[in-house]
Amino acid sequence: MKATKWVALAAALALSVAAVGCTGGTAEKTSTDAAAELTGSINVEGSDTMVNLAQAWAESFQGTNPGVMIAVKGGGSGTGIAALINGTVDFADASRQMKEEEISQAQANGVTPTEIEVAKDGIAVVVNPANGVVDLTLDQLGRIYRGEVTNWKDVGGKDAQIVLLSRDSSSGTYEYFKEEVVGKDKEYAKTAKLLASTQAIIDETKNNPNAIGYVGLGYVTADVKVVAVDGVAASAESALDGSYALSRGLYLYSNGEPTGVMKAYVDYILSAEGQKVVTDQGFVPVTK
Amino acid sequence: MRSVSNGRRRTGRPALRRAAENAATQVIAVSGIAAIIILVAITAFLVINAGRAISDVGIMHMITGTDWFPTSENASYGFLPAITGSAWVTLVALIVCVPVGIAAAVFISEFAGRRTADILKSVVEFMAAVPSVVLGLLGLTLLVPNLRVWLHLETGLTALVAGIVVGIMALPTIVSISEDALHAVPNDLRQGSLALGNTRWQTVHKVVLPAASSGIFAAVMLGVGRAIGETMVVLMLAGNSGIIAGSPLESVRTMPGTIAGEMAEVVQGGEHYSVLFAMALVLFVVTFIINLVADVVLERQRRKWRR
Repeated sequence: MKATKWVALAAALALSVAAVGCTGGTAEKTSTDAAAELTGSINVEGSDTMVNLAQAWAESFQGTNPGVMIAVKGGGSGTGIAALINGTVDFADASRQMKEEEISQAQANGVTPTEIEVAKDGIAVVVNPANGVVDLTLDQLGRIYRGEVTNWKDVGGKDAQIVLLSRDSSSGTYEYFKEEVVGKDKEYAKTAKLLASTQAIIDETKNNPNAIGYVGLGYVTADVKVVAVDGVAASAESALDGSYALSRGLYLYSNGEPTGVMKAYVDYILSAEGQKVVTDQGFVPVTK
Repeated sequence: MRSVSNGRRRTGRPALRRAAENAATQVIAVSGIAAIIILVAITAFLVINAGRAISDVGIMHMITGTDWFPTSENASYGFLPAITGSAWVTLVALIVCVPVGIAAAVFISEFAGRRTADILKSVVEFMAAVPSVVLGLLGLTLLVPNLRVWLHLETGLTALVAGIVVGIMALPTIVSISEDALHAVPNDLRQGSLALGNTRWQTVHKVVLPAASSGIFAAVMLGVGRAIGETMVVLMLAGNSGIIAGSPLESVRTMPGTIAGEMAEVVQGGEHYSVLFAMALVLFVVTFIINLVADVVLERQRRKWRR
């Protein structure tokens, strides 16, 4: 009994050491003849907002190109960008643009980040279905999220405390909303609850009659009510034609212009077929 | 080892066996020291990564700062909201798990029959194996909506809910270590007390519990360590508001929740990144001290009964 315990312990230790040794590093790329079948592997890491979308692209691309291996990982835009800077991935998914600090870090590391906008995402403002408010202006939203308006009656609702829901600061959506709604040099109200996932915002909004939150268009469910912003309802169409105020780009970053199998992948993503996946996943295509 | 007198046995196998034994000893020795090496490496890693924050922002400035706006233009990195948040969650967790945990340990050790005790012990150990994300989900679906209605709260995502669930998570630690402490109390004491005419209950609360008190204290401290460091549950349930909460009925952010929630998106090597490491360092020091105190107390009790 004792002996087996020790053996198990030693095995576990050996395994964990081995695991540490194995992380990181991209597989080498096999070059591709234009005529021949595509082979090679691509590592993608980054935004949690985009992880389902990236996974769907990867599956569909691998379906038509069985010689290609695409590995997709979430973890956050910052994580993906850091991995790109460190040269451990081929593409970084990001739901925000790279910051200057990151670009200079990349250049210092000999990496030339190249940005490709692959989709757009509308941000829907959601409330509980029992809430009477149907329309808010961008200015009202800003005052609500800065904590200047704390009661629903001040924006046309009933007399009740507003429960502010936000994503946490690890989310690209958080930063986008801060810039567009809260104000670049202003702060979210301290009372705002920073939830770890979009699903958590949907769940709390569904159950709490006084909650307000924001989620990507792809995550809106029938359990919550979407509020129009400046009189425009959030939809793929209004996000694409720019009439809806809250839409942002989703990006793929690579080191230099993608070539070979990576270029084929980007071409596929921007093709009609790849953009159809965007629509299926509830995001907004960048090209028609 | 028994001396090898048989001439034929001396060749071949014993040498091999001795080599194997030697190798095994080496492996075990390295594994034993590994814990120390890893601990030192973690500390060094935290300090190095927190270096930029400590020199640019200042450790006292962070610990006493009241605003947490890490991503704004004029970023402010105050830990106080997270420290008070962690404190509230831990306090609620203790109120939940200490009475129940000690009572459970007393029952298992003093009152339950052997079969019942064995079953209970396995169940408690099994409880420790439930992944925290599962408990978090249960809290999210059962406690958060219902407590909001029952207590007429603004929202169910509060330190109270997070504390209750964290308390349930810390329960196995407290039960098993308290049970060990009670078990270690010599039977002579119990028999002496019973012989003097005390009932079983009087024996437990006048003799056994006081005798095991330092072990139980250590159990509670280890439970605190467990509660402070818990991440997933607080990230899911505490609400993560940046306020300095005046009561557990408000949404709070905690240190582990802040680190886990924000680490993914920061610029690596940047100031915010470094500040999160500084926060991790604070958390590490706090849990280290708590565990150390618990260990010292536990060791003292062990020595007491060894005599």
